[in-house]
Amino acid sequence: MAKVTMAQALNTALRDALREDERVLVFGEDVGPLGGVFRITDGLTRDFGEQRCFDTPLAEAGIVGLAVGMAMGGFRPVVEMQFDAFAYPAFEQIASHVAKLRNRTRGRLSLPMVIRIPYAGGIGGVEHHCDSSEAYYAHTPGLKVVTPATAEDAYWLLRDAVADPDPVVFLEPKKLYWSREDTDLERRDAQPFGRAAIRREGRDATVVAYGPSVPVALAAAEAAAAEGIDLEVVDLRTLVPFDDETVTASVRRTGRCLVVQEAQGFAGVGAEIAARVQERCFHSLAAPVLRVAGFDIPYPPPKLEHAHLPGVDRILDAVDRLQFADEPDPRHLLRGAVA
Amino acid sequence: MSVKSLRQTVHGLLPSLTPVRFVAEDGTPVAKPPTGYAEPPVEALHEAYRRMVLGRRFDTQATALTKQGRLAVYPSSRGQEACQVGAVLALRPDDWLFPTYRDSVALVTRGIDPLEVLTLLRGDWHCGYDPAATRVAPQCTPLATQVLHATGMAESLRRTGGDGVAMALAGDGATSEGDFHEALNFAAVFRAPVVFFVQNNKYAISVPLARQTAAPALAYKGIGYGVRSEQVDGNDLVAVLAVLTAAVGHARAGHGPFLVEAHTYRMDAHTNADDATRYRNDEEVEQWSAADPLSRLETYLRARGVLTDEDVAAVREEAEAAAAELRAGMNADTAADPLELFDHVYAEPTPQLREQRALLAAELAETDEPTTLQTQED
Repeated sequence: MAKVTMAQALNTALRDALREDERVLVFGEDVGPLGGVFRITDGLTRDFGEQRCFDTPLAEAGIVGLAVGMAMGGFRPVVEMQFDAFAYPAFEQIASHVAKLRNRTRGRLSLPMVIRIPYAGGIGGVEHHCDSSEAYYAHTPGLKVVTPATAEDAYWLLRDAVADPDPVVFLEPKKLYWSREDTDLERRDAQPFGRAAIRREGRDATVVAYGPSVPVALAAAEAAAAEGIDLEVVDLRTLVPFDDETVTASVRRTGRCLVVQEAQGFAGVGAEIAARVQERCFHSLAAPVLRVAGFDIPYPPPKLEHAHLPGVDRILDAVDRLQFADEPDPRHLLRGAVA
Repeated sequence: MSVKSLRQTVHGLLPSLTPVRFVAEDGTPVAKPPTGYAEPPVEALHEAYRRMVLGRRFDTQATALTKQGRLAVYPSSRGQEACQVGAVLALRPDDWLFPTYRDSVALVTRGIDPLEVLTLLRGDWHCGYDPAATRVAPQCTPLATQVLHATGMAESLRRTGGDGVAMALAGDGATSEGDFHEALNFAAVFRAPVVFFVQNNKYAISVPLARQTAAPALAYKGIGYGVRSEQVDGNDLVAVLAVLTAAVGHARAGHGPFLVEAHTYRMDAHTNADDATRYRNDEEVEQWSAADPLSRLETYLRARGVLTDEDVAAVREEAEAAAAELRAGMNADTAADPLELFDHVYAEPTPQLREQRALLAAELAETDEPTTLQTQED
């Protein structure tokens, strides 16, 4: 066991992928000698050569469009978008081509490529350097969407993504790049791709979280435990494919559910999860499924970021609204009597 | 870099001041043949003539099929046959082509079954042919996005050590899209063996060229990226084939990308659903009729004594037979299977797609549509 940061785990995953498969290429803006603005590709050009890891002109649609052609030509491109909000110029390529090529061609062409995107907030980034853009990708059929919450998952999910026959949007929570954990990347303990992980078992309510919200959910669970409430925390790991099975089983056990996301709540991934949970677990639920999300505002400036992002307190407030102490509302009984 | 060598570099990139042309509108050779381009051998011109006749007949047949409700829509390329045939004949079978929705004649010329070419416009699926087997990407509907794919493919071909080339087809409207410019820039930086072939047919649906660009010609868009460029009379097959052969040769030899603009004209409306009288007048169309690429080549080859009445009759017969075959094929009803909608979204369907597939299967079983049942038994 060694202390590994998520950034190191990602770098190691890219190295191992480059070493094991000569079709793998890494390219994007500043990923060459600089090693990327977050240093995720640090040393790759030095160690694997400019043919395998290289800088491109500064144009995101160009990077993704080039990757489409190169994947059609037999390579397995792993491209980096420098920041989440800088990936938008590539959206047409992603939505119209990356996501659809297999389907358009009845499976005759596939696009094994990974689009890595430093993602979400919590680092005090100025305007356009933080965005929670997962819903755009998760809403696009044909894409797989991943967001790891641990260094171990960052390594294994990225390896899985590179090996996947389908295009993967790989969202890397920026604020977790430098978080350390003890893990042995030589040995796979991580769940398979497409399965959620239960990070903390609990009896009283299920907290569903992903990416940057997982550590916040775990901290909230510790705080709740001090108040005698035992929260289960589910880390989705992949938003697409979505692991209904693990989430449903957990909520049926606990009878209550909270969904946590950094992104603005309206029409977000959390809304989808809440809907799926109530469709599948209605008779097990003792309270409405609640969402804990960012507000429906453009991403705030660094000094106000803390007010936007869901923290332990916002989660605990939501836990309080899960009706642990409530009696049935007597007005329902009255209305029944009058009718 | 010295001023002298800089001047040479700039001049080496710039297109000719006027479009390259071998054959005048009346089918006679131009007084002063262009320098720097070799006239293609007569056998190649003969074959091009045959392909253009077949392409023209395919195109008019497809337009007719829209009137009979057999095609959802058809964007005609009548008048652009020299461009589309010249493009395909300049390539080897192992080169890649990245066409748009208006390039059906190019696809037929490439040898793709016309029925498979029309799958998209018939509405059975988004792409009917096998891109891997034909080395032709699916016809691209979003503008200019395919120009980047061609660049990526060319870069793959360069890296894998062969001498393959990719060619992207685009229209004049597409040159306003960002992806077009990003593709030229990327290709030049990587020295990717890609040919950008712009068929300037003067209209982007209804918007005329003057509203699209203030450049002296679209071919001048190359120099800003360091891409060698040329402009050609797009209704002169001899010139198109000569210039594209040179452009492909340039890319194949490792000299990097090449941009060719062909001046041509879209004789029909944007599609059968469009009304061109709202934005252009008949005189303009008639003027371009006089510049028809097919009659021009025919006159030229006849005058050179390499095309006989028998040749012309034989090709026409071949074209009529192909059109009859296409009509028969298009008149046969196809049974598209709704359940296939779930099969190609991912390599393996997600659990949710499996559920939705079962849901639709149950829905279809209830409605009891014979076509559906037939398909399921297939």
